[in-house]
Amino acid sequence: MAVTSSHGSTRTWWQQNQQTLTPWLFLIPGMFMFAVYVVWPILSSFWISFYDWNGLRAPDGSSTAEWVGLGNYAELIGDDAFETSLKNNILWLVLYMLAVPFGLFIAIFLNQTVWGIRMYKSLFFFPFVISQVVVGLIFSWFYAPNFGLLYLLTEWLTGTGTAILADPNKVTYGIIAAGLWPQTAYCMILYLTGLNNVSPDQVEAARLDGAKGFKMLWYVILPQLRPATFIAVVVTVIGALRSFDLVSIMTTGGPFGSSRVLSFYMYEQALSEYGFRMGYGAAIAVVLFLIMMVFISGFIWKMVRDEKEGY
Amino acid sequence: MVHMKAGTLAVVASLLASGSAFAEQRVLTYYADYDPNPLAAMEALIADFEAANPDIDVQLNNFDHEGYKTAIRNFLTTDAPDLANWYAGNRMAPFVEAGQFMDVSDVWEANGLGESLASAKASMTIDGKQWGVPYTYYQWGIYFNKDVYAQVGAEVPTTWDQFIANCEKFKAAGIDCLTTGTSALWPGAGIFDYMSLRTNGYEFHMDLTAGKIAWTDQKVRDVFAQWAKLVEPGYITANHAAIDWQDAAALLVQGKAANYVMGNFAVATFKEGGMTNDNLGFMPFPEITPGIPRAEDAPTDTIHIPSGAQNVEDAKLFLAYVASADAQTKLNAALGQLPTNKDSTVAADDPFISAGFELLSTSYALAQFFDRDAPAEMAKIGMEGFQQFMVQPGELENILTRLEEARQRIYQ
Amino acid sequence: MFPRPIAQVSPLARISYQVALPLVLILWLLPLIGVAFTSVRPASDLAQGNYFGWPSSFAWQNYVEVFQNTPMWQYIKNSFYVTIPTVIGAVAISCMTGFALGIYKFRSNLLVFFLFVAGNFVPFQILMVPVRDMTSQLNLINTYTGLVLFHVAFQSGFCTLFMRNFIRALPRELIEAARVEGVSEFQIFFHIVLPLMRPAIAALSVLIFTFIWNDFFWATVLTTKAEVQPITAGLSSLNGQWVAAWHLVSAGSILAALPPVAMFFLMQKHFIAGLTLGAVK
Repeated sequence: MAVTSSHGSTRTWWQQNQQTLTPWLFLIPGMFMFAVYVVWPILSSFWISFYDWNGLRAPDGSSTAEWVGLGNYAELIGDDAFETSLKNNILWLVLYMLAVPFGLFIAIFLNQTVWGIRMYKSLFFFPFVISQVVVGLIFSWFYAPNFGLLYLLTEWLTGTGTAILADPNKVTYGIIAAGLWPQTAYCMILYLTGLNNVSPDQVEAARLDGAKGFKMLWYVILPQLRPATFIAVVVTVIGALRSFDLVSIMTTGGPFGSSRVLSFYMYEQALSEYGFRMGYGAAIAVVLFLIMMVFISGFIWKMVRDEKEGY
Repeated sequence: MVHMKAGTLAVVASLLASGSAFAEQRVLTYYADYDPNPLAAMEALIADFEAANPDIDVQLNNFDHEGYKTAIRNFLTTDAPDLANWYAGNRMAPFVEAGQFMDVSDVWEANGLGESLASAKASMTIDGKQWGVPYTYYQWGIYFNKDVYAQVGAEVPTTWDQFIANCEKFKAAGIDCLTTGTSALWPGAGIFDYMSLRTNGYEFHMDLTAGKIAWTDQKVRDVFAQWAKLVEPGYITANHAAIDWQDAAALLVQGKAANYVMGNFAVATFKEGGMTNDNLGFMPFPEITPGIPRAEDAPTDTIHIPSGAQNVEDAKLFLAYVASADAQTKLNAALGQLPTNKDSTVAADDPFISAGFELLSTSYALAQFFDRDAPAEMAKIGMEGFQQFMVQPGELENILTRLEEARQRIYQ
Repeated sequence: MFPRPIAQVSPLARISYQVALPLVLILWLLPLIGVAFTSVRPASDLAQGNYFGWPSSFAWQNYVEVFQNTPMWQYIKNSFYVTIPTVIGAVAISCMTGFALGIYKFRSNLLVFFLFVAGNFVPFQILMVPVRDMTSQLNLINTYTGLVLFHVAFQSGFCTLFMRNFIRALPRELIEAARVEGVSEFQIFFHIVLPLMRPAIAALSVLIFTFIWNDFFWATVLTTKAEVQPITAGLSSLNGQWVAAWHLVSAGSILAALPPVAMFFLMQKHFIAGLTLGAVK
C-alpha cells in the first residue's frame, strides 16, 4: 500500500510487517481446507487412476491397490459404456445451452411493470430453488409409463403412449428436458437483473433511430447483457457436466446404460453396488476433469483479462 | 466454527450417553440393513436372545438398505461391529478373500449346522470353511393371476411350449403374458436364471456364472433362443425398462398381465393391491429341456462376524441362536419367508410359503440369484444385457460379445 | 426499458398480456402443481387411476403418514445439522479469504484467487474417491462432521469469489483513512470491513443454505444411514421403498423442497442479489 502508518517512531516488528503478514494469516484456514479437500484429492485421483483398487483395505489398514499404469485408460478406449457416457455428456453440453436463450426469452416476457409482477418473477424462479432430487422425482412422475401425464398426452394425440424413460434413444433427451426446467429459471433471473440495468438512454436513442423487436434485442440489448450471458453460460456448462442427480434419480443410467453420463458412470464404477473399481472410476473422473479444464481455462482466461482491465 | 464444534461435541456426548446406560452388560454390536417389517422381526429375535442371555446387550444399528452395500466396505476396516448382515455365494467372496470375515466353521461344527442347514451349506462355504450363518431364504417362481387364466381359458402350464401357447391367447386378449419391471435391472435376471437353469441345467448355469463358459457358447445362445420366443412376439410388458417391479406387480393385480417371474416377497405387494389366495397363483417355472433335474433360485440372507469384531465369543453365541430351528421358525413366520433350518416349521395356512418350502426341499440344487452367483461387476453388465435383450432382441450378437469381453476381463 | 413497457402499447395487448401471465405461469409450474396435488391425493384415487383429476378428498394424512412411517423428521433434522454449520463455516472462512484477497495487493494475490475460483468449477467426481477414502480413514463416514468439513472446504471456492468481489467494491478511502489513524489490520477487519459486509454475508448465507440443503451427491457418497442422511439422500432411498406410492413420494418431495423455498421467499432480495452478482457491471 502506498500510504503507511505515520506513527513510525515506536513501531514494533509486527506493526512494520502486519500489512504483509495479515493477508496470509487470513488466508490460512481457507487455503488449508481447500488444499486438503480440493487440491490434494485432484492430484490423488490422477494417482489412483493408475491403480486397480477395489477400495478395500486389509484389516491392518494397508491398501490393496495394484499398479496398472495406463491400463485403466486403455480399457476406457474400448468401453462401450464409456463411449455412451461421453456422447451423452456432449448432448448435455449442447442441449443444456438452450437454457440460456429460453431464460432470456422468459426474462424479456416478464420484464414489465404490471400489478403483481414481482410475485410472478419469484414463482417463475421457483424451480431453481428446489433440489434436483425433487425435480427428478417430479419428472419421473410426469414421464411414468401407463399413467404419466406425458404418456397419457401422447397416447391421446397419437394412439400409443410414449414412455420416454424406457426408450434408449429418447431417455437422455427426457432427462435433459427435466434439467432445463431449473436451469432456465436460473438463466432467467440472471437476465432479469441484467435487463434491469440496461441503459434506458441507449434504448430510447435506438428507438428514435427506428430500431425495434429483434434488431433492437440483437444490436442494442444483448451487447449490454454480455456479463449476464457470460455467467449464464458458465453456470450452464458446469451444470451440464455435473448432471449427476437427475440421472441417478430418474433412470440410474438405464435402460441398459443408455442415459449414463460420465459423472454417473464414474460413481457407478467406483461406488455403486455392482462395482468398486476405484482406479477405473478415478480414470473416468480424470477424463471429465480434463474436459472441464478446457472450459475452466476459458472462463479463467476471460476473468483474468477483465480483472487486469479492472486495475 | 464454534457452532460446528459444539455440534460435534453434542453428537459425541449422545453416543457416550447411550453407551454408558448398559455399561454393566457385555455389548454385541450388530450392523444390518433391514426394511421396516423385517426390522421388527429381527428386533423380536434379539429380544428373545437377550432374554435367554441377560448379560448380553445386542445393539442393532440399522442402515439404509442400498447404502449398506457401500457402508460395509468402510466399517469392516474402520469400525468393525461384532455382527454384520450380508449375502451368501459369490457376494461374500471379496470380503472372505480380503480377510474381513471370520471363519465360523467351529459354530457349524459345534451346533451340527452342517446337518440342519444342509441346503444352504454349499453357498456359505469357501475353501472348505463356513464364513457365516444363513437365517432366511425364499423361493422364486411364476406368480400368476388366476382370473385372467380363466378369462382366456388357459391351463396352468407345466412345459415351456404350453406356456408359450398360453401367451398367444393372452396376447389375443390384450393381456401381457409375462410382466416385469426392469428399471432396477434385477427382475430381468430372475427370468434369465430360469431360462438358463431350465435350458441347460444347474451345473451349466453355475459354470456360466463362475466365468468358466464363454457367453458366445452355443448353449448360451440356446437360452436366448428360448427367451426370444417370449420377446419377439411382444409377450412381455412394453416399457418394462422404465417400470419398477412394484408397478409391474400392479399390472398383474389389475389383470393387465398374466404371469410374473418373481421372488416370494412379492406376495405381500400383490395382496396389498387386493389379490387373495383365491386369485393369486404360484407355479414353478415350467420345464424347457425335458429330463433336466429341477433347480431353483433361492437367495439366502446371512449374518457374519467381521475379523475386527471385539466380542467374538458372544457373536458366535448369537450366530448359533439365529441358526437354531426355533428361532428360525419364529423369525421367518414374521418375515413371511422360509427358514433355512430344515427342522423349522412353516405356517401351513399360507399356500405360498408351503409351496415354497415344498419346492425348495424337493429341488435338485439351489442357485443364489444371478447378482449373487456372478461377481458384482459381471452381474451388472449381464443384467444390462438381459434388459437390452428384452427391449432390442436384434442386438443379441452385440450383447453376447460385450458380455464375453467382460467375462474375460473380470474373471482373469 | 426493454421490451417496450406494456403500459405504452394498445389496451388490447395489455389485457392479453395480463391474461397470458397466469396461464404461462401455470404451464411453467405444471409439473410442480401436479406433484402438490398428488401429495394430498388419497391412495385410493391412485389405485382407481384418478391421477390427474381433482382429488376425491384432500388426504392430509399422507403427510402424517410420511412422518409416522419414515425417518422423515430425522432426515430434516440431519439436513439442518449439516447445512447450518456449513453456512457458518463457509461464510466465516470466506470473510477472511475475501478480506485478504480484496484489500491487500501482494504478488500471488491473483494466483491464489483464481485457484479458489477454478476449484469452484471442478466437477466433484474427481474429488470423490480420495475424499471418501480420507473421510473413511478419519472415521467420519456417516457423521455430520465429515459432510460439513467437506462442504465448508468446497464452498470456500465460490464464497471467496463472492466475498472478494464484494470487498473490492467497498470504498477504499475508509481503510486508507483508518490506517493513517494507526488502526491495526485486525481492527480494520473487525470494525470497518466486517460491518460493511453484512449484506454480502446475508446473501451468501441464503445461497449456501440452499446449495447445501439441495446437495445430493455428497450426501450419497459420505452417508449411508438414516441417522445422519440429509433429506435429499433420504428421499432417494425412500423412493426405493415407495414405488407406486406416488402420493407419499410427492408429500416427501414437497417437504424436502419447503425449507429452501421458505428461505428464498423470506430472503428473496439477498438471494437474487447473491445469485446475480456479476451479472451486471
